[in-house]
Amino acid sequence: MNIFCVGLRQTFSRRLTQNISAVISRFNSSLVIAEHKDEQLVPITLNAITAAKKIGGDVTCLVAGKTVAPVVSELCKAEGIGKVLIAEDSVLEGTLPERVTSLVLACQKQFNFTHIFAGADAFGKSLIPRIGAKLDVSPISDILDIKSPDTFVRAIYAGNAITTIRAKDPVKVISVRGTCFEACPLVSTEAPTENAPQADLSWELTKWISQELSKSERPELTSAKTVVSGGRGLKSGDNFKLLYDLADKMGAAVGASRAAVDAGFVPNDLQVGQTGKIVAPELYIAVGISGAIQHLAGMKDSKTIVAINKDQEAPIFQVADLGLVADLFKAIPEMTEKIDQYLSK
Amino acid sequence: MAMRVLVGCKRVIDYAVKIRVKPDKTGVVTEGVKHSLNPFDEIAVEEAVRLKEKKLASEVIAVSCGPPPCQETLRTALAMGVDRGIHVEIGGKDYETLQPIHVSKILAKLAQEEKVDLIILGKQAIDDDANQTAQMTAAVLDWPQGVFASKIEKMDGTLKIQREVDGGVEYVEAKLPAVISSDLRLNEPRYATLPNIMKAKKKQIAKKSISDLGVDITPRVEVLTVEDPPVREAGAKVESVEELLTKLKDLGRI
Repeated sequence: MNIFCVGLRQTFSRRLTQNISAVISRFNSSLVIAEHKDEQLVPITLNAITAAKKIGGDVTCLVAGKTVAPVVSELCKAEGIGKVLIAEDSVLEGTLPERVTSLVLACQKQFNFTHIFAGADAFGKSLIPRIGAKLDVSPISDILDIKSPDTFVRAIYAGNAITTIRAKDPVKVISVRGTCFEACPLVSTEAPTENAPQADLSWELTKWISQELSKSERPELTSAKTVVSGGRGLKSGDNFKLLYDLADKMGAAVGASRAAVDAGFVPNDLQVGQTGKIVAPELYIAVGISGAIQHLAGMKDSKTIVAINKDQEAPIFQVADLGLVADLFKAIPEMTEKIDQYLSK
Repeated sequence: MAMRVLVGCKRVIDYAVKIRVKPDKTGVVTEGVKHSLNPFDEIAVEEAVRLKEKKLASEVIAVSCGPPPCQETLRTALAMGVDRGIHVEIGGKDYETLQPIHVSKILAKLAQEEKVDLIILGKQAIDDDANQTAQMTAAVLDWPQGVFASKIEKMDGTLKIQREVDGGVEYVEAKLPAVISSDLRLNEPRYATLPNIMKAKKKQIAKKSISDLGVDITPRVEVLTVEDPPVREAGAKVESVEELLTKLKDLGRI
């Protein structure tokens, strides 16, 4: 659990949560909408399941897509879930929010869930508000914690304020910040599966055409244990190779600041920040990144933050556990060269 | 056929301001703090104006919901090239509890009244960071949504939209009328020039009240507290790469 979320838990009393949930939990039931890509379960789904389990009551998962068998077989092993609903149809290719919403509404009609969850990434953020509007409820975005079945904690102003809110709507439609909830463990038992209720999937107004995903051998950014990120200080896309070399030795993912993305050094899906990805790895190494508010919003819950920057006044040093004032073009190759003798085998 | 376009303009605390939480934990200090047009909405406005310059849009209308200073926000949009503004005046307590669910219903209503073909909104406001309004507006209208757009291309009666998704981009085609939300990379917004700022003063801003629109803005959420995030303890500087690696090793991070 990252520093930020642990901090929250210490800040707020748990007593209220426990009392209320003990009374209400048996009336609660949650639906978690699974996300998958290339026939593989996207890990944030497992974090969303943990959030759903915190509500108490049954947890049901929905897998919708063109080909879902491999995803279903993995998801069924998620500890403590009641069942998996399956909707397999070629029109669900690309999981358009318009069609998935119809499906979720059909599930909701049949099972009357009190809570509907998805991970707060591009998939969940596209989908959850559409479902909320169709149910005429106010969605709750990107929650960091659950105090009780109707009370949630989320960040506002790029993480510079934390708000606790109580949702008055009968159904809570929620996206979950993956880094604030542990991944639900996979076990050997399997939850039963059944077909999702029939839904009108005939939506013709939107057509999914294709996707172009950046290919990378490195770990996925939002779930990596170590992230090495570069900013404007790298000066060019070619110089990012310095970071890739270091990252590869460390088994790390590579991220970037908005400045580096805007300058075209790296593709935009590497952006860490308020408007990019939120990461909370064990180790975050910020190289040539000044540390604007918007960047800090995406990484300041990392367990250990290292800053390497030649400007000793850079704001990144105010959040860094370890700071090295140095020219990255000397420091990074030196780190890459020397790190072998330090790495734990 | 050229489109009629509606753009959303939220007045927010300027992105460069370091916000302060009120001592009574009810919210953040907004009085006397610099406000400006939400950066994502600036991108939405720019895109709408570009569509007009390409003769793909016939009229661009900007909407802002909130207290009287929202008119300044609308003036910014007008100075960027928007044709006219609509200010939906909501003040006091009502504004404090105004949420995307309410704004989406207001926008949907206006879209129908103004017979627009395209609504462009920012993907999120940098104050509440909700990232909901575009998706919800599309749902209320039962229109297609193309959210987190980084490129749009108008074809006959449809839009081809490049969307920013985790791991890369995806392409969807949406039949008009549609709602899109702008990602940072959709375009680079222009600066309003002084002559255009002067011209914008003559452009019309229509005032509407919530009762004109018949939208229910009953609060759906109660804010219990707003607090500062946990503070990170100040770290230490190291002198060399070796010292850095040694400390990381001691911490068990490598």
